[in-house]
Amino acid sequence: MSQSARINLIRAITLVGLWLAWEGLARSGLLYRGVVPSNFSVLAAAWKLLTDPAFYPHVLRTSQEVGVGFVIGAFFGLALPLLIGRIRLVGGVVDNYVQVLAPTPKIVFLPVLLVLFGVDAGSKIAMGAASAFFPVAVETFAALRQVNPVLVNVARSFNATLWQSITKLDLPSMAQPVLSGMRLGLGVAIVGVLLAEIKLSNRGLGFLTINFYNAFHIPDMYAVLLIVFVFAAVANALISWLSRALSKG
Amino acid sequence: MRTSTLLSFAGIFVAVSAWHATVAPGWVSGYIVPPPLEVWLEGVKLVRDGSILPAFLLTLSQTMAAIAIAGAFGIVCGWILYRHRILGLAYETWLGALFSAPLILFYPILMVVFGRNPSAIVAMGALASLVPVILQTRAGLLGVRPVLLSVARSFNASEAQVARKLLIPAALPTLFTGLRPGLIYAMINVVAMAYLANFGGLGFLVGELYDRFDIPGMYAAALFTIVMSAMVFWGAERLEVWIQKT
Repeated sequence: MSQSARINLIRAITLVGLWLAWEGLARSGLLYRGVVPSNFSVLAAAWKLLTDPAFYPHVLRTSQEVGVGFVIGAFFGLALPLLIGRIRLVGGVVDNYVQVLAPTPKIVFLPVLLVLFGVDAGSKIAMGAASAFFPVAVETFAALRQVNPVLVNVARSFNATLWQSITKLDLPSMAQPVLSGMRLGLGVAIVGVLLAEIKLSNRGLGFLTINFYNAFHIPDMYAVLLIVFVFAAVANALISWLSRALSKG
Repeated sequence: MRTSTLLSFAGIFVAVSAWHATVAPGWVSGYIVPPPLEVWLEGVKLVRDGSILPAFLLTLSQTMAAIAIAGAFGIVCGWILYRHRILGLAYETWLGALFSAPLILFYPILMVVFGRNPSAIVAMGALASLVPVILQTRAGLLGVRPVLLSVARSFNASEAQVARKLLIPAALPTLFTGLRPGLIYAMINVVAMAYLANFGGLGFLVGELYDRFDIPGMYAAALFTIVMSAMVFWGAERLEVWIQKT
């Protein structure tokens, strides 16, 4: 058997195995009843949600918050290194801050954002922006260090303006790492927005999740999570596709 | 001290001064953004009344427990995926997808399974850090120079000998590199779950101060959380450099 056929076989066996293990756990009664609902009830709940018109305003709300938050965060994550990074000393210092702050748990700033931007969509967008900013900024700073110094000197000796050197030199040579930063950024923006919705909101997919949990409608909760995971995977695939298309073009 | 370190501290001073200068003339309401001095005093009070340090130690111990569990499972799984190449190839993309999936959303399920107690938080941290540990372990083992393996084989080394004398020493620095992202993911998820579920350490404290509308205290606790986690990660990085040298 060829290698790719064997890989596909392993994957198929794994999927079937996981499905059966889940179903077995659901029927075994080992866990408190309802904690692990049957696959079929989750799929039924997902179908019910997807065919319910009342579900889509929640999807729209979350998409808007993620979209706006991501665009704001990615813009600053890109603009800050591009503008500040070329001033050597200041750029190094800001780069340090970004590197130190990037892995910290920014969720603790949600209460601060709630105070600053209100309990409505504003704080969710801010959370998404704050989350998306760091991966993009980290990657952009790193990519900026990789730009060929010879090209930088050439640009300087031809008296390139700031705008010219950003658009003609920095951005083209940094596209790949910056896009991978954006992919990470989109992922954490989705998480940030959903967590903010879970904590305090009355709309959106995060709100639906916690609402179903509080009402102990566990199959519905799993159904929302399933849809969110698909949503995240699609967004991820979209950026990967964009990054491949750009690197070819 | 290096110039850049010195400048970094100067930058913090500039930022705090700018913060004070914006708030002092009343451009921003003091209720929304309290002046830095007030936040500092409130922070000192939180340290004095013994609410912040136990919260930090609780978060730290839960993070450590999570990374210990994820490390034990993750290194074994990474080893299996390395040993059986075909499994590694089959699962690598799936693990990559899981790595970027919002796993924290499973926290309500963990609360139902484990109950509303610290083990649910530890489980969340372990779950979130498991995937990076597996991926990094496999990558680390794959990075062992093939020539070393051929030498071992031509000396008829047994499987256990290869593991003990070659793979583990050669992969050890990279194993630690795998544990560090694991540590970061564990800590983020431990704090996030404590905040979302209203129990536990630092995350809970910040949320509680917000609920009491102690805004300066909330700023102090949030800043403290960021600074302490940055210091923990910095410490782990130093430790890694030290291990790689020896």
